[in-house]
Amino acid sequence: MPESGSALQLILGVILLWLALGLAGVFFPRNLHLVSRVLFPVGALGALVLATAALDALGGDTQSLVLPLGLPDLPFHLRLDPLSAFFLLLLGAVTAGISVFAAGYFRKGEGTPPGLQCLYYHVFIASMALVLLADDAYGFMVFWETMALSSYFLVTSDHAKAEIRRAGFLYLLIAHVGAIGILLCFGLLHGTGDYTFDNMREVQLAPFWATIAFALALFGFGAKAGMLPLHVWLPEAHPAAPSPVSALMSAVMLKTAIYGLLRVLFDLLHVQVWWWGVVILVLGLATALYGVIFSAVQSDMKRLLAYSSIENIGFILVGVGLTVIFQSYGMRALAALALTATLYHCINHAYFKSLLFLATGSVLHATHERALGKLGGLIHRMPWVAWLALVGTLAIAGLPPLNGFVSEWLLLQAFLFTPNLPHPYLNMLIPVAAAAVALAAALAGYVMVKFYGVVFLGQPREERLKEARDAGLLERAGLVWLAAGCIALGVAPVSVIGFIDSVTSQLLGKTLGASATGWMFLTPISPARASYAPFLFLLVILAVWLATWLAVRRFYHGRVRRAPPWDCGFPAQTARMQDTAEGFGQPIRQVFEPFFRMQRELPTPFDATPRYRVSVEDNLWYWLYLPLARVTEALTRVVTLLQRGRISVYLMYSFVTLLILLLFVR
Amino acid sequence: MNLPLTSQIINLLAAIMLLLSFAMLTQRRILSLINLFALQGLTLTLSTLVVAWSTGQDHLYYSAALTFALKVLILPWVLHRLIRKLSVKWDVETLINIPTTMLVGIVLVILAFNVALPISQLAGTITKSTLGIALACVLLAFLTMITRSKAVPQVIGFLAMENGLFFAATSATYGMPMVVEFGIALDVMVGMVILGVFFFQIRERFDSLDIRHLEKLKEE
Repeated sequence: MPESGSALQLILGVILLWLALGLAGVFFPRNLHLVSRVLFPVGALGALVLATAALDALGGDTQSLVLPLGLPDLPFHLRLDPLSAFFLLLLGAVTAGISVFAAGYFRKGEGTPPGLQCLYYHVFIASMALVLLADDAYGFMVFWETMALSSYFLVTSDHAKAEIRRAGFLYLLIAHVGAIGILLCFGLLHGTGDYTFDNMREVQLAPFWATIAFALALFGFGAKAGMLPLHVWLPEAHPAAPSPVSALMSAVMLKTAIYGLLRVLFDLLHVQVWWWGVVILVLGLATALYGVIFSAVQSDMKRLLAYSSIENIGFILVGVGLTVIFQSYGMRALAALALTATLYHCINHAYFKSLLFLATGSVLHATHERALGKLGGLIHRMPWVAWLALVGTLAIAGLPPLNGFVSEWLLLQAFLFTPNLPHPYLNMLIPVAAAAVALAAALAGYVMVKFYGVVFLGQPREERLKEARDAGLLERAGLVWLAAGCIALGVAPVSVIGFIDSVTSQLLGKTLGASATGWMFLTPISPARASYAPFLFLLVILAVWLATWLAVRRFYHGRVRRAPPWDCGFPAQTARMQDTAEGFGQPIRQVFEPFFRMQRELPTPFDATPRYRVSVEDNLWYWLYLPLARVTEALTRVVTLLQRGRISVYLMYSFVTLLILLLFVR
Repeated sequence: MNLPLTSQIINLLAAIMLLLSFAMLTQRRILSLINLFALQGLTLTLSTLVVAWSTGQDHLYYSAALTFALKVLILPWVLHRLIRKLSVKWDVETLINIPTTMLVGIVLVILAFNVALPISQLAGTITKSTLGIALACVLLAFLTMITRSKAVPQVIGFLAMENGLFFAATSATYGMPMVVEFGIALDVMVGMVILGVFFFQIRERFDSLDIRHLEKLKEE
C-alpha cells in the first residue's frame, strides 16, 4: 500500500509503464510469445497497482501536479480527486481482468500483428487514465482525442473487411462531432480566464450561457456514451472490434463519457437547473428502452451486447438526471442516493459487460461464429466459459444476490422518493418514468435469457460446434477475475458504497451514510422504508442448494444418471427444431413494431429450398442520419466548385485574399 | 529634396528592383528569366550592403553575404542546370497576354504604395521610402507565378517573391534576426531541391512541364 501522498505519482508510473509496454510491442510486432506471455500480463499487473492506488486516493486528499509537457505556457495539469479516483479504480480493476484475457486472446494472422495491437491497446488505456486525471481543457482534449484515435485503430484491426472499415469510419466521425461539442463547451466555461479547470470552477456563467454549456456537454459526452440520437456508431463499432477491445470500450470508455458529464455538471458548472435533469432523464429513458428493444431482436451476439450497453448507459443517464433534479431542489440526501446508484451502476456495468464480451470472444475463437442462429449447446463443450458467462448473465439481468440488482434497486428507490418534489407536474410524471425503467430492466432480463439460452443451452445447431474447445488458462483467469468482481460487488454493497461516499461528498456535499446500520444491511434512507441484505440472501440460496443436493444424495437414488431428455413421443428431433434467436425475439418484434424498419421475406409453402429472411434496421438512421448526410453532400458539392485543378487559379485565390486583406487592414 | 547620398543610392537600387520585377513579369524566355532573377539578387545584395554600411548594423553584412551566395550563385546555377537537363530553354507561353499583365502590374504598384504609405510614415529607418517598392515587388512576383503555365517560371516567381520579402524586411526594420534569416535561406534551399525532384517527376509522368496537365488530378 503506497503512502497517500504518492498515489498520483504511482498512477503516473503505471501510465508510463503502459506506454513502455506499447513501445516494446512496436519493436517486436510479430513476436507473439513476448506480447502474450510478458507484455499483456505485466500490463495487467500495472492495472492492479493503479486500482490499488486509486482506492487509496479515494479516501485521501486531492492531489495535483503540473506536467512539464505540452505547449509553451500551456502545461498539462493533473488532479486526482475522489471523482477521478473512483473512475480510475473502475478502469484499473476491470482492465486487469481484460488484459489477462487479452494475453490469451490475440493471435497471429488476425488482422493487425500482435505487437501493434499491444501498442494501440496500451495507448488506449493510458489515454483513458489521463483523461480521468486531466485538470485543464487542453490536456483533457489531447487525451480525449488520443483515446478516440487509438480505439479507432483497435476497432479496425481487421481492416481487410469493408464493413469493419465502414464501422470504424462511422465511429471516428461521431467521436469527432462529439469532441467539437466538448471543445465548445470548454470554450464557454473558461470565461475570460485560462483553460485550467480551477479557473472554470471560479467562473460564474449567466444562466443562458450555462444552459448552452450544459447542452454542448450533453451532446459531446452523449455522443461518446451512445446516448439516443447519437448511438448509431456503438452497435457497429463494438462487434467490429476484437472482443477484449469491445469489452474495454463498453466497460471503460463509455464510462469516461459519464465521468466527463459528471465533471462538467457538478464540478465545473456552479448551478444546476431542474429542467436539465428532466432532459437527461427523458433522453436516458429513451436510450434505455431503445437499447433494450433493439437488443431483443438482434441475431448477432456481439451486436446484442452492444445494444445492451446502450440500454445500460440509458440507466446511468437516468440516474444522473435524477441527481440533477434532486440537487437543484436542494434535496441533498436524495441526490446522494441517485448519484450513488449511478456510480454503482457504472462499475457494475463495467464488470458484467466486459465479462460477457470476453465470453463471446472465447466462443468466437472456439467456433468462428458470431451469429446466434449457428451456435448452441456450448455448455457441454466449454463449461468454464459457460458457467462464468452465467454469472455475468444473471448479474446483467438484475438478479440478487449479484451486483446488477443492487444498483437497479437503488435507482428504483431513488424514484420512489420523487413524489416529494416541490413541483406539481414532476412529482406526478416521474413515477411514470420509474415504470419505464422497470420495463427496461425486465426486458433486459428477457434479452439475457435469449443470449444465454441460445448460445450455451440446448443442442449444437451446427455439426462443427461439437469440436469447440474450452478457453485457455489465461482467458479463464481473466473471466474468473471479472465474475468474482460481479459477486463481490453484489454481496458487499455497503463497503462499496463506503467508497462511493467520498465521491458524493465531493460533488454534492452529502453522503448516503448507508453504513450506519452495519455492513450486512443496505438501507438507503431509513430501515423503516427498505433494506436489502445480500449476504443473507446468498446464504439462504446456498443453504437451499445444499439442502436440495443433500436430499437428492441421501433420499433419492444418490447417483447421477445420464439419459436422453423426454422427447414428447417424437424421437426424430434435430437441433434445428429448437427455438431460434429470431423466434425468441418475435414477440418483442411484434409488440414494438413501430420502432423498427423491418424487411421480411417469407417462403411459399411449395418452395423446395425455403428461405426466411428478416432484417431489422434503425428508423433513426433513415429519419436523421441519411438526410443529414444528403445535406452535407449537397453543401460539399457547392464547395467543390472552388476546386478547378489549375494551379494558377489556386494562386489567384491566395493573391486575391492577400489583396483584400491588405486593403482591409488599411 | 536633399537626401544623404546613401539614401539616394538605396532609392536607386529599389527602383532597379522594381524595374527588374517588371522585366521578369514580361519576360517570355526562361533563360533570360533566370538571369533577371540573378540580377535581382545582386541588387538586393548591394542594397543590403549599403544599408549595413550606413547604419553600422554588422549582422546585415552576413545576410548580404548569404543573399549573394544563395541568390546570385547557387540558385541560378541550379536553375541553369535544371533547364539544361530538362531542355526547356525556349519555353514561351503566358496565360494572359503581356500588355494586359503590365497594366495589372501597374495597378498593383499603385495599390502597394497606397497600402505602404501609413507604415512608411511611422517607420524611422533611413530606408522607409522603399517599403512600398518592396511590397510591389512581392505582388508582382506573385502575379508572375499566376500568369505562367510552366513549372520552372512559377518556381522563379516564388523565389522572386522571397526576394521582395527580404527587401521589405531590410527596408522596414533593418533585416530580421539572423536565426530567422538562416531559417528562410535553408527553406529556400530545401524547397528548391524538392521542386527540382518534382520537375523530373512531372515530366516523366506527362512528357512535359506544362502544369495544365495537373488538372487531370481533380476529383471526378
